[in-house]
Amino acid sequence: MAEEAKAVVGELRASFKAGRTRPAEWRAAQLRAIVRMVEEREQDITDALHADLAKPSMESYLHEISLAKAACTFALKGLKNWMKPNKVPAGVTTFPSTAQIVSEPLGVVLVISAWNYPFLLSIDPVIGAIAAGNAVVLKPSEIAPATSAMFAKLLPEYVDNSCIKVVEGSVPETTALLEQKWDKIFYTGSGNVGRIVMAAAAKHLTPVALELGGKCPAIVDSNVDLHVAMKRLAVGKWGCNNGQACIAPDYVITTKSFAPELVDSLKRVLERFYGEDPLQSADLSRIVNSNHFHRLTNLVEDKEVAQKIVYGGQTDEKQLKIAPTVLLDVPLDTGLMTSEIFGPFLPIVTVDKIEDSIDFINSKTKPLAAYLFTKDKKLQDNFVSNVPAGGMLVNDVALHLANPHLPFGGVGDSGMGSYHGKFSFDCFSHKKAVLIRGFGGEAKARYPPYTTEKQKILRGLINGSFFALILALLGFPKEKR
Amino acid sequence: MGRVAPSFEEVGGKQQPAVGLGETVSRTVSELRVAYESGRTRSLEWRQSQLRGLLRLLAEEEAAAFRALREDLGKHHAEAYRDELGVLVKSANAALREVWVPLIAFPARAQLEPQPLGVVLVFSCWNVPLGLSLEPLIGAVAAGNAVALKPSELAPATAKFLGDNIGKYMDATAVKVIQGGPEVGEQLMEHRWDKVLFTGSPRIGRVVMAAAAKHLTPVALELGGKCPCIFDTLGGSARDLQTAVNRVVSGKWSSCAGQACLAIDYVLVEERFVPVLIKAIKSTLKRFFTDSDHMARIVNARHFQRLSGLLKDTSVAASVLHGGKLDAKNLCIEPTILLNPPLDSAIMTEEIFGPLLPIITVKKIEDSIDFVKARPRPLAVYAFTKNAALRRRIVEETSSGSVTFNDAVVQYGIDSLPFGGVGESGFGQYHGKHSFEMFSHKKAVLTRGYLIELSARYPPWDGSKISMMRQLYRYNYVGFVLTFLGLKK
Repeated sequence: MAEEAKAVVGELRASFKAGRTRPAEWRAAQLRAIVRMVEEREQDITDALHADLAKPSMESYLHEISLAKAACTFALKGLKNWMKPNKVPAGVTTFPSTAQIVSEPLGVVLVISAWNYPFLLSIDPVIGAIAAGNAVVLKPSEIAPATSAMFAKLLPEYVDNSCIKVVEGSVPETTALLEQKWDKIFYTGSGNVGRIVMAAAAKHLTPVALELGGKCPAIVDSNVDLHVAMKRLAVGKWGCNNGQACIAPDYVITTKSFAPELVDSLKRVLERFYGEDPLQSADLSRIVNSNHFHRLTNLVEDKEVAQKIVYGGQTDEKQLKIAPTVLLDVPLDTGLMTSEIFGPFLPIVTVDKIEDSIDFINSKTKPLAAYLFTKDKKLQDNFVSNVPAGGMLVNDVALHLANPHLPFGGVGDSGMGSYHGKFSFDCFSHKKAVLIRGFGGEAKARYPPYTTEKQKILRGLINGSFFALILALLGFPKEKR
Repeated sequence: MGRVAPSFEEVGGKQQPAVGLGETVSRTVSELRVAYESGRTRSLEWRQSQLRGLLRLLAEEEAAAFRALREDLGKHHAEAYRDELGVLVKSANAALREVWVPLIAFPARAQLEPQPLGVVLVFSCWNVPLGLSLEPLIGAVAAGNAVALKPSELAPATAKFLGDNIGKYMDATAVKVIQGGPEVGEQLMEHRWDKVLFTGSPRIGRVVMAAAAKHLTPVALELGGKCPCIFDTLGGSARDLQTAVNRVVSGKWSSCAGQACLAIDYVLVEERFVPVLIKAIKSTLKRFFTDSDHMARIVNARHFQRLSGLLKDTSVAASVLHGGKLDAKNLCIEPTILLNPPLDSAIMTEEIFGPLLPIITVKKIEDSIDFVKARPRPLAVYAFTKNAALRRRIVEETSSGSVTFNDAVVQYGIDSLPFGGVGESGFGQYHGKHSFEMFSHKKAVLTRGYLIELSARYPPWDGSKISMMRQLYRYNYVGFVLTFLGLKK
């Protein structure tokens, strides 16, 4: 296994060294091929996602396929500009000179993907790596085996295999890959494995981007259009892989006085969305596997927790389905409130004043996303200024990931590094500083032996003084003969 | 809690850990957290006051700073000003001028809100001990963080200078200097930080990153490498040749006697040009270094032994063309030039970090590109040439933190250029605005109203909803989403 991993990296290094991935034409060709793959094989992709997660075809289209295509199109449009060197002011000290920042590929990079958006979270970073001119290995999640197999079969039919490879496998294969030397590793998944990835990267001084999770809070104020807010909250939670999404709202915070109204509205929305028997709805993803199914059912097994269920709670172990479930005021020390849920349970936490929710959120680790539903500008300001999070949305949920002008990534325990849009290109690039001087503008003042006169001029030069520059260029201090 | 293995041993022989070291470090870290959580460091006023305090420190204690640098490294105060204090004054002034404050007025659309990461740790290095401590500090406070600074114990006078003065001129509860050696570094890395910047050797860089991985602490590593200098024939102009040689000599021996991550490590030149180059370097050395005052000394006995060791190899010793004199008592090594030492000798495989300059000959100057490409990526590539095609090839075909043409080391002072490595020379960049960004998190913030509602978004999803979404997307996905979010007319 180690031999195979080494061989794969070796082949990619040779391709990269040969310069295959550098020309804009190559990068654009790969991106166009991916667009073609998404268009021609949409049914295969949708089928794989359905096999892995029972993902409704609307979600597959909206959240995976169309976003992948959009990422390619955005990169294709921006590529030439992104590849251009960026001129920057060089300043007085080195006059005359020109300075620029040149983007270059890091080299050979590894993308390790997750199981919940197995298509998007694989192809999106790969798109960035290609746009930036790297050779790339994709290791799709083995927990979404149909999508992993689909990549292994389809991708080679469309892209340049000498530079872009899919390696399937689970822990042993991933470990073997992590032992190799990469120029960057991009990992999406859990904090535990994120630590393992970073520790492996440390051995080779490899920079990493980690897209992890956390408990994304959603504050709901009483000053809202409640019905619209609940629709958005619901589709952001249960319409995103039935809560198995890193940016799905994990829990809700609202005031004690507003909670009954909120629960009421939420119940009505859920019934409208998923009907009276949600386990029969085709619009709900299933839980990915029995491991996670049992992990989730264990979270509500405790009587103290189960009695807080105000809606839902139905499960079907055979189908691995769990219905949207709302709980009110569960004890704060249970698993449901201390670990990332990643499933269809939505605890509602109540506070006395809505402002208290800020401290509550900050008592936990920094989440990937934080949400606030309110029309109150002061609360909005307070929220934005005082809640550290990867990204935030006010009056909606999850959409920010679709905006290619916003960087998508975590902070603290929710990760490091960001991507989407041009940020993907930057994620897989090295910004090389290039300074070009001529032979004019020789400032004798720089060189030893250091006399007092020289130092005066040198000080001025360093501080950007034009006068000092002129003196220096005129050859001061004049040498005594 | 057990010791982190392997340890940070930089000096031979483990030092006995001080009693209660773990507690002292823990207390320092929690004080910094409390200071940060109080919210004090976030205000514009606090950040400006810190930067002004630093500027006052550099102005009022300039003489003491020069003395410390001379004591630690034998650095001449002109070099100290040029490479350390002067750059710091410029950076702090620039940080004060730019208003890098979070937008207090609430946005109506999508925007990026830069926020401090929280409590950050800066490990400095011994060779530019003031600059590599304070330049990151400027960025960290400008970005609104609380900061712990661990100066290198191998430059003790500067470490003491920082310890004595930072608390006096800056907010001592939110900006702390922590003294000590490897064991203190280990203890510090047992804790979680919101960012760690490490400047030093790749070996210790690995240890720092491995320790950071336990807490998912993001790191930036400023490491070293062998910075090559490609020296082309310059079209026969004697004046330009002299200018180039001035800059090469300065870029090697005026930069802490070659003990600088950006110093020229070795030179690549065409065979036929060697005699001219060597003659010019020798005469320039004579002119510049009229006395030992004008070149820094070797930092300590261990590095002196390491450098003399590089010359011990017989075939390396045989390649010495000039210099080679070692003064162990004063820790001085005179500027030394070698011609074609064996490529597998330590002097050609390890970062020299000293006043020894190997000159490697090639048949055609273009061959130097393959030479550089075959080796680990350095912090900087230098080239003296008038050939635009060669210049283009160097930029496109080699990879390094930075590339500078027709000069050396000066790129450090240009704060519009990011400073940092790639590959084995590290990752993460700072200087100028990049310092601010290094210690910030750019939070994406998106706001919506309630007016625009798209019912097709919501389940139950039937064929008509799906085809409506597809229609919209096919037309213009990005435009659709932006309109949908109320961000585009």
